[in-house]
Amino acid sequence: MAELLQLIVSGAAAGAIYALAALGFTLLWQASGTINFAQGEFVMIPAFVMLFCMSAGAPLWLAFVLTCFIAMLLLGVGFKRAIVDPLIRHGVIPLVIASLGLSIGLKQLVRAGYSAQAFAFPSPFPSGQFSVGGVAVSYADVGTLVFAAMIVIALQAFLERTVTGRAMQAVAQNTDAARVLGIDVKRMVLYTFLINALLATVAALLVTPAYLAKFDMGDSLGPKAFFAAIIGGFNQTRGALLGGVLIGLLENLVGFYVSPAYKEGVALILFLAVILVRPEGLLGKAEERKV
Amino acid sequence: MGGALSAAGPPQGANRAPVGGSAAAKPQASGGPASAAPSPVSDRAFRARCIALAIALVAFALLPLFLKSYGTYLCTLFCVMLMATCGLNLTVGYAGQMSLGQAAFYGIGAYIAAIALKAGVPFFVVLPVAGIACFAVGLALGFPALRVQHHYLAFATLGFNILVYLVMRNEEKITGGTYGISGIPRPSLLGFSLDGVLPFFWFTLAATVVLIAMLGWLLRSPWGRAFAALRDNPIRAESLGINITAYTLLAFAIGAACAGIAGVFFAALVQYVEPAPFHFSVSLMMLLAIIVGGSGRFFGPVIGTVVIVLLPEWLRFMQDWYLAVFGFAVVALMIWLPGGILSIPERFARARAPR
Repeated sequence: MAELLQLIVSGAAAGAIYALAALGFTLLWQASGTINFAQGEFVMIPAFVMLFCMSAGAPLWLAFVLTCFIAMLLLGVGFKRAIVDPLIRHGVIPLVIASLGLSIGLKQLVRAGYSAQAFAFPSPFPSGQFSVGGVAVSYADVGTLVFAAMIVIALQAFLERTVTGRAMQAVAQNTDAARVLGIDVKRMVLYTFLINALLATVAALLVTPAYLAKFDMGDSLGPKAFFAAIIGGFNQTRGALLGGVLIGLLENLVGFYVSPAYKEGVALILFLAVILVRPEGLLGKAEERKV
Repeated sequence: MGGALSAAGPPQGANRAPVGGSAAAKPQASGGPASAAPSPVSDRAFRARCIALAIALVAFALLPLFLKSYGTYLCTLFCVMLMATCGLNLTVGYAGQMSLGQAAFYGIGAYIAAIALKAGVPFFVVLPVAGIACFAVGLALGFPALRVQHHYLAFATLGFNILVYLVMRNEEKITGGTYGISGIPRPSLLGFSLDGVLPFFWFTLAATVVLIAMLGWLLRSPWGRAFAALRDNPIRAESLGINITAYTLLAFAIGAACAGIAGVFFAALVQYVEPAPFHFSVSLMMLLAIIVGGSGRFFGPVIGTVVIVLLPEWLRFMQDWYLAVFGFAVVALMIWLPGGILSIPERFARARAPR
């Protein structure tokens, strides 16, 4: 029993990180119809930027704050201006291909220009664990969960409570109607890209201590972000959270009780099962086809 | 050799709209309402194309006579990859679906071949078995994914590739794990041994030509035209009585079968299989090869396969930078030339044409 509880806590912590990446992915899709196949690399790049800042002498928190700005500039504004804006008119597929190219380009740029090795990354939380009623829980897991939950709550509050946040939701639901109401659609879409870059940076801060910073660390993270988004429901923000946590939990349970070798396959199996039964995702609403 | 291959490129140029830039590129040869049917080509032009193609083919077939064995190996590998990418072109370029799992089918074919050939099963039995097995797996995987929306196939195939890779690496009793399976015998043909580098190259080349010819025939059949119709305007195609899901599923499964067959040749070529050549990054490269060459063009995969198989060898001095440049080049290509390399002549023609 204690074993199971431990697995659930650490699984939920891993799932919270997937959920952050999936959340950014879903927001981009809702606001601009962008499917970003480079989402995994959008987590990898901030990890290396943080390492770079720290090697220049900055403490972790300062490196994180600096990286947030750099990521918003490069992966937010830069990505939107240079790649999404010119391509979005042509439909989904050219943009998907471009983001695949970007994914390879960024990965290999880090590999060729920096290093192909894995680098240790300091954890923002103290090491060690404490015990609650016989269940050993690590500080890192609890810290990850709390931090991710805070980010998600803050984001939800921003989207629900502020004028800007509500305008962003309006754009996500119906771009044309939002424009008629006088909402600056372009600006709202830009905000979405900035939020995505921020979420990716937070995910990088939380995931890299366990994954190590390596050029291909996005390879397993990126697909899980898509799967989490689809499992929960592609058109629902809450769906991404549910999907992420579900994948994290099941992976941990399968890894322990079935076979650690097939942990990475859990997300796919869950994805196939969900789209067979509920194609719109667990929390999603079915979309009508636009002719 | 670049000359020979690119000579094979332009002749079949302008009949089809590439999927990459559905909005940007329109077929211009014919005035037909949709590009479902290939534009009518005069007999003379057609004959000229066939002759150019035949010359290019003969030149390529004779090329390894002037190469060392590594060069011949590369030419053979090029043929093998071409089988897989041509199959993928059917899925991507004609049926308009994104598949990111071609390397998984390629790997399934290769492992089936490795296990069966070592057990003494004749090559010409293994070949159809691998093709049919991949066809069946393709159907089973495509069915749930294609019920929904079209980018779902991309995710499903990507995940499938990750899963297949895990099976190859972990099921050591069957696949040999990371050590792989070595000592795979090469086939013989009518008593001729194909052990040598050159005979095996010719054998693979012949098989590639046969496979591509079969795909070409398929695309010219009414059946194949339905593929293009559903890519260009799925809703219209459906209203004409084409069952979109069934056709897309078939296109995907046939593409998978081509990869399986390519895998059999790969196993016999390198005589050693291990999981690495079937990683999902290879699937990405195959997909991008088609896009770079010009998706939905019959010879798009030829150019694209040159870019992913042969160019890295010539550009050895770039080492790891090659892939970085390649990745960003794909981004640039999507922005400025969404129709791929083969759309360059059209681009010039359009720029020169009076408005």
